[in-house]
Amino acid sequence: MRKFTVLRGVAAPLLRANIDTDAIIPSREMKLVSKKGLGVGLFAGWRYTVAGGREPNPDFVLNRPEYADATILLSGRNFGCGSSREHAVWALSEYGIRAVIAPSFGVIFHGNCERNGILPVVLPEAAVQAIAAAVAENPQRQQVAIDLEQQKVASPDGREFEFEIAPSSRQMLLEGLDQIGMTLGHLDAIEAFERAFRKRRPWLFEA
Amino acid sequence: MAITLFAKLWSDHEIQMLDGGDSLIYIDRVFLHERTGSVALESLSSEGRTLRSPAQVFCSMDHIIDTLPGRGDTTLVPGGTEFIHSTRQASRQAGIRLFDVNDSDQGIVHVISPELGIVQPGCTLVCPDSHTCSQGALGALAWGIGSSQAEHAMATSTLVVKKPLTMRVMLTGGLSPAVTAKDLILHLIARHSTAGGAGYAIEFAGEVVSGLDVEARLTLCNMAVEFSAFTALIAPDQKVFDFLRGRPYAPSGENWDRAVAYWQTLRSDPGAQFDREIELDCGEVEPVVSWGTSPQQACGITGRVPMIEAGLSENDRATLARTHEYMGLKPGQSLRGLTIDAAFIGSCTNSRITDLRLAAAVLRGRKVASTVRAICVPGSQAVKRQAEAEGLHRIFRNAGFEWREPGCSMCFFAGGEGFTYGERVATTTNRNFEGRQGPGVRSHLASPATVAASAVAGSLADPRDYLS
Ligand code: SF4
Repeated sequence: MRKFTVLRGVAAPLLRANIDTDAIIPSREMKLVSKKGLGVGLFAGWRYTVAGGREPNPDFVLNRPEYADATILLSGRNFGCGSSREHAVWALSEYGIRAVIAPSFGVIFHGNCERNGILPVVLPEAAVQAIAAAVAENPQRQQVAIDLEQQKVASPDGREFEFEIAPSSRQMLLEGLDQIGMTLGHLDAIEAFERAFRKRRPWLFEA
Repeated sequence: MAITLFAKLWSDHEIQMLDGGDSLIYIDRVFLHERTGSVALESLSSEGRTLRSPAQVFCSMDHIIDTLPGRGDTTLVPGGTEFIHSTRQASRQAGIRLFDVNDSDQGIVHVISPELGIVQPGCTLVCPDSHTCSQGALGALAWGIGSSQAEHAMATSTLVVKKPLTMRVMLTGGLSPAVTAKDLILHLIARHSTAGGAGYAIEFAGEVVSGLDVEARLTLCNMAVEFSAFTALIAPDQKVFDFLRGRPYAPSGENWDRAVAYWQTLRSDPGAQFDREIELDCGEVEPVVSWGTSPQQACGITGRVPMIEAGLSENDRATLARTHEYMGLKPGQSLRGLTIDAAFIGSCTNSRITDLRLAAAVLRGRKVASTVRAICVPGSQAVKRQAEAEGLHRIFRNAGFEWREPGCSMCFFAGGEGFTYGERVATTTNRNFEGRQGPGVRSHLASPATVAASAVAGSLADPRDYLS
């Protein structure tokens, strides 16, 4: 997994609340049994003029030249709610989004982000709006910086916002660790637990 | 010390605490489906990893397959056939039990798992599907995960999980006629918002819950994810034990007695402390219908689209205005009598036999309005067989409903079958998000009774007018 340490980039505002994973990647865009090829379907319902089409909707924020090459999304409450599809995160990632700043996230989506190297940053709504306002005048120049080590977001107006993150998630992102590999490091403990558990709850293992 | 049901299940499965406060939790069962499970299986094998316990992993075909009579591997979903084939091949390679397209046990994962006794009280079960919380209704710790976590669970028999807080939701009072578990959960979400359960494992308890049958409890827990909860669960009781006895994957012989003896201990001890407790007086709940594009935007069928409150932030106003526009509604408009174009009965929320019986009670001797396209999709082959044995399919068909093969069907739009742009649908599903049932489609969530009544009326209707 790609490491996440410090990110400085263009931040695009999508400040609606409750943007669900189907809005992030519509079901109809998940055509392949793969984690790849999803970037083009990101926000397809809003990004293109017609459903299933590919003609950019000039009004959609990510299509506006001033927000070109955005790597950070600023969003409203409950971003990534709805369906558990990890495709939403794979689509964001392939598009180039490396961090999302929002007042809250859908629970499953939040974990999916961390496991795929995207940093979900929780900041109060007022802070997210303040950052969006500070960016708005000239998004290409007024970039946002996120320092995971320091757990700080620096807004282009000079304000800094601290954020919280679970220590294990922080470590995983900072070091770009693979969680399966990390867990298999505990294989002895898993096997010992399993032996005792099978004796205790044998009916769960009836073949 | 008095401990909660959740804490009992958690500690029974906690292998160890990890640095940073997460726990390594033992996973008893993994369920997959062809939409997200196929990717998980492929990715696992491409990384050269193997499943630790294939016998504990199951997979259903439900999301992408067609539900039209005579269906096979071809589907209207673009690229869908590839998902079906790849799921079949990957399941075979992995050595897991697949409930294939026309298998006699096939159905929606959250319907067949309880039906087959795969989910059991006291077990941990995960599935890369957000409505896995439904299965907590049997007293299991069951929750939805992402595909990478499914890979993790299959490769290690564990997951790394942050322990959620606990909340008890007490459902008290009585239930008015025609009010169902669906109405209760919609009411709860409307009252406490879709964020109300964020961070919590919720235990539903109280006299109303004890009075619900197992299927209604599955409906109640189904929408815990719309409440943003980690999951929901209900202490298993005699109803659950009776429900499970003799099911294909339920414990048998001597194991059955041992299991039941253990299951009887699975309840929150008197005096156990929850991080949060809320109470809902169910006596005041009437049949509920959603009016917006979030499940919290719901109210009683006799209610109106709420006025825009003064003091809302500019952002919230804009969001609300967009919702009204999308739904083609105005503040203050009454819901009852709102013309519909379609009615859908199905999904993991409301496609079990008791749901179909309830809808059939409304439809018996009646006809669907000529302007309404009505579809019923049983949740599983077993539900369909049972319904046909009871003659329910004739009631649905005679009324003018399509009678389909089991699957998720038009609960969600994946580029295949869907309702038409701008159509208004009364639906027993769980999500009314923009585009959920097709681009521009306006979904009104409600119970099977309300949807059946609305199909007959041709507009959103009060089921109490149809059930004597
Ligand atoms: S019926 Fe609908 S909500 Fe349930 S699992 Fe299928 S797609 Fe998801």
